[in-house]
Amino acid sequence: MTLPADDRSFGPPVIKVEGLVTRVGGRVLHDGLDLELRRGEVVGVVGGSGTGKSVLLRTIIGLNRQVGGRIEVLGQDVGKLRDRELRKLQTRWGVLFQDGALFSAQTVAQNIQVPMREHTDLSPRLMDELAAVKLAMAGLPPDAATKFPSELSGGMRKRAGLARALSLDPEILFLDEPTAGLDPISAAQFDTLVRDLQKSLNLTVFMVTHDIDTLKATTDRIAVLIDKKIRIGTFETLVHDPHPWIQQYFSGVRGRAARADV
Amino acid sequence: MAALQEVDRPRTVARLETERRGDIMTILAGGPWVLGAAEPHDAALRALSFTGVATLQIDCAGLDRLDTTGAWLLMRTRRLAAMAGAKTVWLDVPDAFKPLISTIDQECNGPPVGHPNDHGLRAFLERLGRAQMHFFSQAVSLLGFLGMVATEAVATIFHPRRLRIPALIHQMEEVGLNAMPIVGLLSFLLGIVFAFQGADQLRRFGAEIFTVNLLGISILREIGAIMTAIIVAGRSGSSFTAQIGTMKVNEEIDALYTLGMNPVEVLVLPRMLALIITLPLLTVFANLMGIVGGALMSLFDLGISVPAFLRQLQGAIGGGWTFWIGIIKAPIFAFLIATVGCYEGLQVERNAASVGLLTTRSVVESIFLVIVADAFFSVLFSLMGV
Repeated sequence: MTLPADDRSFGPPVIKVEGLVTRVGGRVLHDGLDLELRRGEVVGVVGGSGTGKSVLLRTIIGLNRQVGGRIEVLGQDVGKLRDRELRKLQTRWGVLFQDGALFSAQTVAQNIQVPMREHTDLSPRLMDELAAVKLAMAGLPPDAATKFPSELSGGMRKRAGLARALSLDPEILFLDEPTAGLDPISAAQFDTLVRDLQKSLNLTVFMVTHDIDTLKATTDRIAVLIDKKIRIGTFETLVHDPHPWIQQYFSGVRGRAARADV
Repeated sequence: MAALQEVDRPRTVARLETERRGDIMTILAGGPWVLGAAEPHDAALRALSFTGVATLQIDCAGLDRLDTTGAWLLMRTRRLAAMAGAKTVWLDVPDAFKPLISTIDQECNGPPVGHPNDHGLRAFLERLGRAQMHFFSQAVSLLGFLGMVATEAVATIFHPRRLRIPALIHQMEEVGLNAMPIVGLLSFLLGIVFAFQGADQLRRFGAEIFTVNLLGISILREIGAIMTAIIVAGRSGSSFTAQIGTMKVNEEIDALYTLGMNPVEVLVLPRMLALIITLPLLTVFANLMGIVGGALMSLFDLGISVPAFLRQLQGAIGGGWTFWIGIIKAPIFAFLIATVGCYEGLQVERNAASVGLLTTRSVVESIFLVIVADAFFSVLFSLMGV
């Protein structure tokens, strides 16, 4: 059941998933799943362990092939694209993997420049300037540029991963558990960062998360993966959803604390 | 499909016009100022001269789209102007682009990123020096590791109950029993190759029968032991490093310490002991298979019957040291392989590249050491006259 998105200020749909069926290791994870993200919207995906949140993300970005259904991203059917077209489409979104997935043999600056070097013909000097811009936008100090991923803390690795995801000025940002493993202060900072970037770059953000504070602070709508389908709504509407899992999720201690100041 | 048009990458280039009227310079930015369209103006904007300019006007009225690349180019121009003493006025900035421009203005003040300099003579000398120091420090730490293993081994001799029998049996199956097919097959094939090559040369003297001597002595003294050691180094030495290394990455080694268990006792000793026990047995098996291969080849190629082959073989090696010279070496090789394999595993750092790197190094080092040890044995045996 897809509730229509609030017509506040969101543009046309950029991600459209219709009747998606995925299977991993013989187990059906999604069965007739529908989801729509509009331009400029931040959507958080929640669900119990093993319900296929990350698989959904990976399927949308083309790392997993679906068994059935249609996935349209930026107007193109991801499942039907040939490799070259898919690679071209991939330059229009950025992905932040759970632990940053930085290339360990390269410095942070080189990591950020990998997509630039591959897909553009910027001059080296401009690339260095732009890498500094992305670094600053991701909230990293300038001296992080020459460090290797192994020399960074978990929070800094995520920020560096975010800077790399933003490297080509993507239109969509996919975040896989962006605040997992961060202390509450860093997590809150990261939430603010995502929100700010979304505003200034008009990004569409698809975020898999467990963190109810992040959901509350950053998302416009929340998609709950239940019974192999998605229930989507705003924080306020989902709190009143009668489904037992949703009730339990939002009535946890942390849920109550977050709801107290709705 | 207006939506589609909106999100497509630009095919048009960003427009840039500069006007100068008195001490006012105006930059007219139009079209899509985004990655893929704006960067052609990079050099022109960088080359602008602001001498005598009091005011820089950046006119954004014609701007369709703006991303960080475009915003950065405009912001950099503004900063160049500011450095030359000009003040900047933004004209007609569409509301949608204001947040981005202010973000870039406020947050992006760092210098361009630097890169480590790893070219040139200096960097080369530095790498050379580092490698040298690394070599010495590794030699010292390997020595330390050997000491640790020796202490544990002695402690285990006095308290045999500390020996982990199930782990030992498991490792023996893993490194010994499971290696039999590959060791057997390769030795068998080597036996065939040796017999064939030997026969080919000796036939010229009419001394085909000495193929058997050649085969028996070379396989029993050298080839059996060294081939088995090399195969086992590639097969088991690498897996020791990978197993222990992965445990190190997962912090399992640290977990062992905190649970009051010694990783050397739990992980290293069973592996080392298993290899020391099974490598000589594997060598015997390899010798046997090599001889069988040679015997088959002699039968088909030279027509030497099996009883004749065996009689000749007994004459060549009977009673002497030949067999034992091969077998004596095996436990030493096993010790070297296991030591290097386990040691490199414990050197793994907590990143993914480390396991692969050290596994490679472990195989290369253990094969190197096996061959050096073999050369050492050759000298020793020739001095002893056996």
